[in-house]
Amino acid sequence: MKFTLEIWRQDGPGHIGDFAHYEIADVSPDMSFLEMMDVLNEQISEADQVPVAFDSDCREGICGMCSMVINGSPHGPIPGTTTCQLYMRHFSDGETITIEPWRSAAFPVLKDLIVDRSAFDRVLQAGGYVTVHSGPKPDPNSVPIDPHVSEEALDAASCIGCGACVAACPNGAAMLYTAAKVSHLSLMPQGQPERESRVLNMVHQMEAEDFGACGNHAECQAHCPKGISINFIGMMNREYRRALSAPKDRRGHMDSQ
Amino acid sequence: MNPITLYHSILGKKIIMAVTGSFMLLFLLLHVGGNLKVFLPDPQPGMADINVYARFLRTMGEPLLPYGFALWGVRIILIVSVLLHITCAIQLAHRNARARPVKYKHAAYRETSYPARWMLISGLLMLCYIILHLAQFTFGWINPAAFNTPDVFGDLSRAFHRPFYIVIYLGAMGLLGLHLFHGAWSLFQTLGLDNPDRNRGLRLLAMVISIGLPATFALVPLSFAVGALGPAIPEATSAAMTGGN
Ligand code: HEM
Ligand code: FES
Repeated sequence: MKFTLEIWRQDGPGHIGDFAHYEIADVSPDMSFLEMMDVLNEQISEADQVPVAFDSDCREGICGMCSMVINGSPHGPIPGTTTCQLYMRHFSDGETITIEPWRSAAFPVLKDLIVDRSAFDRVLQAGGYVTVHSGPKPDPNSVPIDPHVSEEALDAASCIGCGACVAACPNGAAMLYTAAKVSHLSLMPQGQPERESRVLNMVHQMEAEDFGACGNHAECQAHCPKGISINFIGMMNREYRRALSAPKDRRGHMDSQ
Repeated sequence: MNPITLYHSILGKKIIMAVTGSFMLLFLLLHVGGNLKVFLPDPQPGMADINVYARFLRTMGEPLLPYGFALWGVRIILIVSVLLHITCAIQLAHRNARARPVKYKHAAYRETSYPARWMLISGLLMLCYIILHLAQFTFGWINPAAFNTPDVFGDLSRAFHRPFYIVIYLGAMGLLGLHLFHGAWSLFQTLGLDNPDRNRGLRLLAMVISIGLPATFALVPLSFAVGALGPAIPEATSAAMTGGN
């Protein structure tokens, strides 16, 4: 197969980037998208030019590093996959493929297709944890939980933090990511002690970063490689309202007159 | 829940938009009910039912409440709602524009709809329409000579025999339908009231509201336009019929 590639090249954060055009031939339909990029980079290096910088790590769809917007879709045209799980047979021979980085003010481009996603880490640090006791290990299944609820929490926990939700959102909002992290812990019995502070702190950190506001477009769910539902966004909206109206002064004095 | 905290948060601004949007939607549901009175027969000769209704809106709650009190109460809620709704809409739109400084070459949307992406446009055009609508029928700034508060029927009849107003009003109802196609569902999700059990029902509700409400509103100008509610009432008749204010 052969392709024309239009790839975003940018030297660093704050630099002005632009598209560069590359031709690539003899691509096997069974190559993954990243393997095709590797072949392209060899070709570019042989021509004594700077290869295209892109992120990848596990190449098996679990680490969330392979951030690329392919033909306008984060992680490419096949729903429910990451870029590394996308194969060249999903494209047609001779096609022009446009490759861009996640476009978000909160994720500055470090180089070409690599963006800095530490905004996500800061959101997670604000409340994405539970307190555990450091004593002896409790018996398995000693904390009762409805299996439907634990499955629901696992759905939220399948978030790999890739940032495709932000990249797909017409408003550049980070609601699906934050909602998945908030819900996955708040659904579990172990997450109850921080239930209120978690949603407040994580939402406020999300708002402190350069993300947009949710418009309920549901593009995030449609582009999430793990198919995480906007149900969790509704859940976070509910948790947030609940936390805002929770009593601030739990132990104050009250008078009858 | 502290309203100031709410206003300073993005999620809070969305809650404000959903609540003020619901107030406006509830008002429109009452408003359209009142409008349908143009189709009822005159309770007494020379006195249109809609005019009786207009009078009732002002005397509502009397003698407990002073003249016009209840009406002004509702008006204040609506004015505050419109102002908050628009302020939050513009602030959020500004934030969203900053969140994606470099646009995609061609974003491939999968799930969103044009009505959802055009909320700000349909909203701002509706704002222009609301100003025109109030100027015309509430304040009588347009064509003041002909404007006569107690003869709502006459005012409607004169306006909707003119193609210009018919087109504007039908266009505005189209915008309302677009806005509500997304908004009447979105508000439930924003308030955290949607879930997979209810989603189909709430989507259906939004669909029914977004078609039914503007279509019912549109019945009034359309009926005057096709002459189903009689010929245009001349101003003189109008004034004589109600004896001024
Ligand atoms: C007057 C000018 C108006 C403007 C500028 C405006 C603007 C907007 C915008 C931009 C949104 C989307 C908010 C977002 O997704 O972030 C929205 C949502 C909404 N609007 Fe309006 N709108 C206006 C009038 C109205 C009216 C008259 C109604 C009632 C019939 C209404 C009902 C709603 C509802 C129910 C929502 C959904 C709120 C949510 O997403 O939770 N709007 N409006
Ligand atoms: S490289 Fe790890 S998910 Fe794609």
